[in-house]
Amino acid sequence: MAKIVGGINVTHVPYIGRAIANKLQQDPYWKPFFDGFPPVRQWLAKVKPDIAVVIYNDHGLNFFLDKMPTFAIGAAAEYNNADEGWGIPTLPPYQGDVDLSWHMIDSLIEEEFDMVTCQEMLVDHAFTIPLELFWPGQHPCPVRTVPICVNTVQFPLPKPARCFKFGQAIGRAIESWDSDARVVVIGTGGLSHQLDGQRAGFINKEFDLMFMEKLISDPLWVTRYSIPDLVELTGTQGVELINWLTARGALLGEVAKVHANYHVPISNTASGLLCMEAV
Amino acid sequence: MITGKQKRVIPGTTMFDGDVARKGYALNKMCFSFNSAENRAAYLEDKEAYCDRYGLNEQQKKAALSLQVLDMLAAGGNAYYLAKLGGIFGLDMQDVGAQQTGMTKEAFKAKLVEAGK
Repeated sequence: MAKIVGGINVTHVPYIGRAIANKLQQDPYWKPFFDGFPPVRQWLAKVKPDIAVVIYNDHGLNFFLDKMPTFAIGAAAEYNNADEGWGIPTLPPYQGDVDLSWHMIDSLIEEEFDMVTCQEMLVDHAFTIPLELFWPGQHPCPVRTVPICVNTVQFPLPKPARCFKFGQAIGRAIESWDSDARVVVIGTGGLSHQLDGQRAGFINKEFDLMFMEKLISDPLWVTRYSIPDLVELTGTQGVELINWLTARGALLGEVAKVHANYHVPISNTASGLLCMEAV
Repeated sequence: MITGKQKRVIPGTTMFDGDVARKGYALNKMCFSFNSAENRAAYLEDKEAYCDRYGLNEQQKKAALSLQVLDMLAAGGNAYYLAKLGGIFGLDMQDVGAQQTGMTKEAFKAKLVEAGK
């Protein structure tokens, strides 16, 4: 059966893409952020995943309000990135794994997570930037991918408790796949930030740090919050941290921290990075 | 079970729910079209005609043409889509944040740095 080697959660601020393109990794503004990644890359080199299941939210590249799925999954042989409108470079296509996608669709729907399935799917910065951070400059990306998109745009969003259960079902789907593949689960977005309204610029370091700690030791702690609670505590876009919670759920059981980094600000966002493996 | 329409009130914050999504559909649809470079160029060529083509109402049109983010939000705009309109004019998130909070960009950036301490 396929093996989950661990999980990595990370921020996906679009301007990271521009910083990479402009080689600003050692710039004083960016250095505290980029310095978080070498230990994660070393870990990836050690655990050697073949496939990345990437849990993220689309920002209006593939999905619009005309059709807004709560949970969607890619089932394509290849995923294209495309112009998002504000000038970060478009990256080359990513290889999919259609067999795993369809196995996951079967397993998730059997477990009553009624997925929207996408045989064509554009992937935006929330998918591409994390892969670019973990495997810098490697085109094509050395892992095959399965994108899973969670609605964080139009409320009501899936409840944190539901996201955690969704993540557990994702974990069981991967682990029941008849394959010797090694799979890393990636959750992207957050941490606290709010782009819109008079509360723009809101950041909650205390909550973010607690969240990162609890995700390791007691992920059910997060599931006690409602979506409006999370908006209040982390901002209108900070709520993207439900993708982190989903990825944590997929790790099934106890985990240990491999590496973590937290830095404020990257653009208007509290940036976070948390790499975990099963114990 | 949903028993009523009680909404959480968080000062300075709008949750983009069904009411807002309905109200802002035309404005957001226009912003979504700006994924295409051709559409961005068409907007710059004749902004009012472009707004009309997407059926923006007067409030939405006025807000979009003025680039006032709080007005666009009041007209049902969603931050993720509005960013594509802002991008046409080279506005970054600190410009947008400063505008909405009535601060200078430098003061807004300093506030973000302070939040990390």
